[in-house]
Amino acid sequence: MSHETPIARPPSRGQLLADAAFRRLSQLSAALVLAVVAFIVLRIAFAAAPAVREHGLDFLTGRVWDPNKGRYAILPEIWGTLYTSALALVLGTAFGGAVAIFLSEGFLAQATYRVLRASGLALRPGWSKLPDLLEVTLKNLVSLLAAIPSVVYGLWGLFVVIPLVRPACNWLHLKMGWLPLFGTDLSGPGVLPAVIVLAIMILPTITAISTDALLAVPSKLRMAAYGLGATRWETVLGVIVPTASRGIFGGVVLAFGRALGETMALAMLVGNANQISVSLFSPANTLAALLANAFPEAGPRQVGVLMYAALVLLGITLAVNVIGSILLQRASAAVEGAR
Amino acid sequence: MDAITSVPGSAPQGPFAGVDLDGLERSLRRPRTLMGVLLSGLVSAMTLLALVPLFSVLFMLAWRGGKKLSLSLFTQLPPAPLEAGGGFGNAIVGTLFMVGIATVISVPVGILSATHLAQAGRESRLAAAVRFAGKVLTGFPSILAGVFAYGAVVLVTGTFSPVAGGVALSILMLPTVMLTAEDAIRAVPARMKEAAIGMGATPTQTTWMVLLPTALPGILTGVMLAVARAAGETAPLIFTALFSNYWILSHGRLNLMQPTASLAVLIYNFAGMPFENQVELAWAAALVLVLLVLAANLAGQGLSRRQITS
Amino acid sequence: MPAHRILAMPFVFAAAIAASSCSEKTPPSAGTSAAPAPSQGGTVRIQGAGASFPAPLYSKWFKSYSGSHENVQVDYQSVGSGSGVKSFIDKTVDFGASDAAMSPEEIQRVDVGVQLLPMTAGSIVLAYNVPGVKELKLSRAAYTGIFLGKVKRWNDPAIAKANPGVKLPDSPINVVVRADSSGTTYVFTKHLSAVSPEFAKNPGNDKMPNWPVGTRSKGNEGVTASLMMTPGSIGYVEYGYAKSQNLPTAILENRSGAFVAATPASGQAALASAQLPDDLIAWASDPEGKDAYPIVTYTWVMLYKKYPDRAKVAAIQDLFRFALGDGQKEAEALGYIPLPQNVVERDLAALQRVASAENVTSR
Repeated sequence: MSHETPIARPPSRGQLLADAAFRRLSQLSAALVLAVVAFIVLRIAFAAAPAVREHGLDFLTGRVWDPNKGRYAILPEIWGTLYTSALALVLGTAFGGAVAIFLSEGFLAQATYRVLRASGLALRPGWSKLPDLLEVTLKNLVSLLAAIPSVVYGLWGLFVVIPLVRPACNWLHLKMGWLPLFGTDLSGPGVLPAVIVLAIMILPTITAISTDALLAVPSKLRMAAYGLGATRWETVLGVIVPTASRGIFGGVVLAFGRALGETMALAMLVGNANQISVSLFSPANTLAALLANAFPEAGPRQVGVLMYAALVLLGITLAVNVIGSILLQRASAAVEGAR
Repeated sequence: MDAITSVPGSAPQGPFAGVDLDGLERSLRRPRTLMGVLLSGLVSAMTLLALVPLFSVLFMLAWRGGKKLSLSLFTQLPPAPLEAGGGFGNAIVGTLFMVGIATVISVPVGILSATHLAQAGRESRLAAAVRFAGKVLTGFPSILAGVFAYGAVVLVTGTFSPVAGGVALSILMLPTVMLTAEDAIRAVPARMKEAAIGMGATPTQTTWMVLLPTALPGILTGVMLAVARAAGETAPLIFTALFSNYWILSHGRLNLMQPTASLAVLIYNFAGMPFENQVELAWAAALVLVLLVLAANLAGQGLSRRQITS
Repeated sequence: MPAHRILAMPFVFAAAIAASSCSEKTPPSAGTSAAPAPSQGGTVRIQGAGASFPAPLYSKWFKSYSGSHENVQVDYQSVGSGSGVKSFIDKTVDFGASDAAMSPEEIQRVDVGVQLLPMTAGSIVLAYNVPGVKELKLSRAAYTGIFLGKVKRWNDPAIAKANPGVKLPDSPINVVVRADSSGTTYVFTKHLSAVSPEFAKNPGNDKMPNWPVGTRSKGNEGVTASLMMTPGSIGYVEYGYAKSQNLPTAILENRSGAFVAATPASGQAALASAQLPDDLIAWASDPEGKDAYPIVTYTWVMLYKKYPDRAKVAAIQDLFRFALGDGQKEAEALGYIPLPQNVVERDLAALQRVASAENVTSR
């Protein structure tokens, strides 16, 4: 080695060994994740095997769940899972995205700053930190939504949401009942309360991840757009959101997964009726809620059937993710390259 | 160079002659400006609307359980039906323990795997498979995590334990940590990575000294989301850690292989009982849980700020 | 504050809380291990899991017992009768609890043998929320008709006939049933099947039957909440839930044709009609007797016939002797029916026969 070691130099032998070791370690870790998931799926498949043999594909297309007669079928639950999750995703993404844009654009800080400047407090030592403090507080408040246990969400839905929306829903059913969406009246738990609470539960996931994605867009893109004469919103919607779309989509995937698998809150709010209906106000059932309701008391034969239902749920998650990936690949081909 | 005269009404001189200064002002009559203002209003309204449920839930918790808030909650054990007072100190300890175990399991594995996934090329089949496995796991119902951990840990060790509870929770935390960490690492600008390579760093050194520190805020977002969810999940814990009315630490001896209390199971048990005291304690427990997760969030943010400035 | 201090805070916090709780108890023994060694002279831990129906009463008992016996810690968690039976078969708990006892196949799977003991009993009531109706008598035809979906309106003649002079509204009946699989439903549908052959055929006796009518709510507390929020509704819950929320309950017609309200006395009269065979499993699905309330059930605790640990057996026997003795006095306050004396005696005799193993029982 020369007297002055340059900062830029080829790695030493020890560093190369450490590098190989760490690469191997992270590869093993990834393989471990794969192995664990495969193990879980196999265990569920094994437990489900007797039920699969007995019921076959009729399980997926039938509508009657009658344990007394040994007839099991989960088509209503499959419908309920997809319907509630899709609606919750639309609602949650709309609001979650809006909050993420609000946070990343710093509207609150801007407004606070304008108020402070108008009242002459902007440069005082204590007050000058207020805009940033408010932004951080808002971000933490939104993350608090994720901290609320799902049991509490279920209870809140029962005691607050249902009484709140019931008058409006019944009015809608009365006036516009010809629309299949409002075809029944809200007698208690049902699709709409479940969707509202589910959307609130997945909102923090979408917001937190989307905010990070939006903030990670390099500011030179924003400046370039302004330089071309775009207004603030034209920049946001035309440049920043598309660039961050990959990260936002990651958040949406996680949120959809959460919505598909949400157990406790939906078990209390979705109404647990084995029927298929497009009406927002009718009770429905989801696969996860069925598991939550039936599992604690299930005897050995019923456990097999429930594991079959769990396998179907995993399959649905897989299918949804595959479709999502294909869509993303098609969409991102046009957007990539900004980096 | 002539400055622009700002005498209203007069035409601009010099290099800016011919520019319609009046047309440069921001007017709501223009569609683009109007659209911008409307969208800003819409987004602000939606944010306010999104905060309403939060305040509603917090208000409900405070109203129904607030009167129970006192230090005795942290030091006393759960009461029996028709018994007054009591607390849930053992449940708080249990939740901290089990979420701690789950974090210790899922965060290193998740971040290491994410490192590998972020560095793998497009042709790596292992990376594609692992990514898919992670996505399948996102939809995993919490009750199944409990059932799986029952078979994998409880039956093997012969007893319910917080370790089994931690394993069940880690299954639920892993996909969030891993997928968010991968996205965060990928979001680090390529030029930083290339600069490190240009200086002669091995990929591992690049990871440890450039990628992970830069991606830390994003990784922490994922970890905090996962922790918040794990702290509030009931179904996995009912099958793995059950519940206990006693402290986990008795006279200096820590017995890790016994059923353990947790806030989520306490809320589940007590909220369904037809006794006033129990129900109020359940709401108070929910409030304490939310505050604990908030504290964890703030600690995490403090951590990431420390990293950036250090 | 440096990073490691921030990370250590939760553990310090937890340790602080735990340390402040240090009691004078001696260190816990390895109570759940399968080792044949005698317990290490110290705390005995007994763990039970199962039905949620008796959970409040059991937790009261166990807390009282632990309070007066320093070296015994007893825990009970309601996970549902089915999961309780499963844990009991897997030997991950020391005793189980079930509203539906155990089936012969399940008993077969426990190699050391099972001793079932009825511990307490309760009645299931039909709570209703009809504004203006303070007392409601339902004949057998009326209430089976309601749950079959045949009787659809409150002023249906089937109901009006038994309630002369009561102004019944002309509104639809909102039936509330259980969404989840439960022992309460099992007992209720058993009774309905015994009373009505049409019900027995469809939906029949099950923990989670295919109800032809009704909105579904999760848990006794969910049904109670639905009843309180929906006018014109009726549903089945355990007596304690209706009592604590002051929900009016229907007076039902029993087998002898008398209309009986749910009280501890009418519950005991119903239980007296059920003869307990040797294995102590019996159902009072349609009790005889003028004073009997029609819907009552025992709930059982399952013990192994042999335990590996002598200290544990002694503790379990003492614990359940307490439950069958002083414990029965607490039952009424919490909404349960105290066991009849002859049942208590048979339980005590069976309890005596639970022994500790001379040889090792493997897990």
